[in-house]
Amino acid sequence: MRPEHPARAVRIGIGGPVGSGKTALVAALCRALAGELRVAVVTNDIYTTEDADFLRRAGVLPDDRIRAVETGCCPHTAIRDDISANLDAVEELEEDLGELDLILVESGGDNLTATFSKGLVDHQIFVVDVAGGDKVPRKGGPGVTTADLLVVNKTDLAPLVGADLGVMARDAAARRGNLPTVFLTLVGDPGAEPVTAWVRDRVAHGVDPAAADHAESAPPHTHSANAEPHGAGAG
Amino acid sequence: MSLSTLLVLADGRLPAGAHAHSGGVEAAVAAGRVHDLATLRSFLVGRTATAGEVAAAFAAATCRALTGPQLQDALGGSPDRRGDEPGGPRAFAGVDSDRVRELDDGIDARTASPALRAASRAQGRALLRAAARIWPTTPSTTAGKQPHHPVAVGIAAAAAGLRPREAALVAVYGGITGSASAAVRLLGLDPYAVHALVAELAPECDRLAARAADRADLPVDDLPAGSAILLDIGAEQHATWEVRLFAS
Ligand SMILES: Nc1nc2c(ncn2[C@@H]2O[C@H](COP(=O)(O)OP(=O)(O)O)[C@@H](O)[C@H]2O)c(=O)[nH]1
Ligand SMILES: [Mg+2]
Repeated sequence: MRPEHPARAVRIGIGGPVGSGKTALVAALCRALAGELRVAVVTNDIYTTEDADFLRRAGVLPDDRIRAVETGCCPHTAIRDDISANLDAVEELEEDLGELDLILVESGGDNLTATFSKGLVDHQIFVVDVAGGDKVPRKGGPGVTTADLLVVNKTDLAPLVGADLGVMARDAAARRGNLPTVFLTLVGDPGAEPVTAWVRDRVAHGVDPAAADHAESAPPHTHSANAEPHGAGAG
Repeated sequence: MSLSTLLVLADGRLPAGAHAHSGGVEAAVAAGRVHDLATLRSFLVGRTATAGEVAAAFAAATCRALTGPQLQDALGGSPDRRGDEPGGPRAFAGVDSDRVRELDDGIDARTASPALRAASRAQGRALLRAAARIWPTTPSTTAGKQPHHPVAVGIAAAAAGLRPREAALVAVYGGITGSASAAVRLLGLDPYAVHALVAELAPECDRLAARAADRADLPVDDLPAGSAILLDIGAEQHATWEVRLFAS
């Protein structure tokens, strides 16, 4: 399942509005994949460690495989316009843990316009839920329109909120052309089967070498004469 | 020197991680010390006179270490004309020797709070990453991959073809706008009024930058060492909070 010589871990962004189920999906993916892949997670909750703490409590990944990033009140900035804190977190995970297969980056909950920079992730999943109203796919926005995978979560709640899944499927298809959309209920499908399969497939394909180059994020290489960071304040 | 290049480096939208740092404003807001325009003004004036002046001095000195002595010194003539050549002066390897590392150590010695030292290095690392991608001639230095932020400003400025005075300007001005925009986000202050404050402090930035450039060759121990004790204490408390919006 792993690519033979990964240039670096495949990075997948998971975005979407607050409460749509991003953290629950990350937890499900970790549970399903941690046995077969070397997985790590970066969270961007606006309240720093909320999501990271949830993942730790849920025990889906060891502590050292989860990093939390502060976003200065601007979750979309941290994943799109100025990705440096997220790149730092990704680099630190790779430095501390060695070779990895998959890094999931969960965005802080934001609006329908928030998408990930290609400088940060290779693929992105956008999670909306049926409780947010069945008009969400029709509203569109870059998340719904351009994400590599659209997940419509909490289908178990559809009867309770009067959401018409047929309408959501039709609108999503109209907005997204050939891009895939899956309907999910983490209550009924705690392994997030269709999403797990999609992620497994992305990891198997590995990182496109051009993208690996593009997303090359290391600061200038240090020559032998140049010491590593020193002094008490390092890190 | 290219004015537009200065704008590129000073732009708040430069992807160098600054948006996630409040320059101590988040802690000051929580402590009730900053709660309106007047208290923000006091905060910015105090921060600029202390941390701001130190940042300006070390950014200028780092830039000088990487771009060589002023022509003025060499020729005994008019001010630094080399910067007016097309493309401006370029950072060249080998000038640094150990000066950049000494400057980096100098900031460690001037920063009492471990949390502030870590925040400064995090921003320095992010700025170096941005500079290396924007100006591929960005030199590696004896300060390593995560220098203090003012040192990184000096390195980036040198790589961009800017001079010590501009490096200092970027450092001190960036400190003001970072804190000011954090205050807008945290307190919902009128953004026009806050930017009027920034404009009011602009001449002070010019003054500090000119001073920093004049003293860019001084021994590290003779460079400014002002500090604001409440910034240090606030940063230490902030680092222990369970819930915070800014990294520092
Ligand atoms: N009924 C239902 N609740 C869900 C589902 N997925 C997530 N939730 C719940 O929705 C709430 C928000 O989920 P969370 O993952 O924290 O959302 P995030 O803000 O997008 O990270 C939590 O209480 C989850 O347990 C689902 O498929 N069905
Ligand atoms: Mg979450």
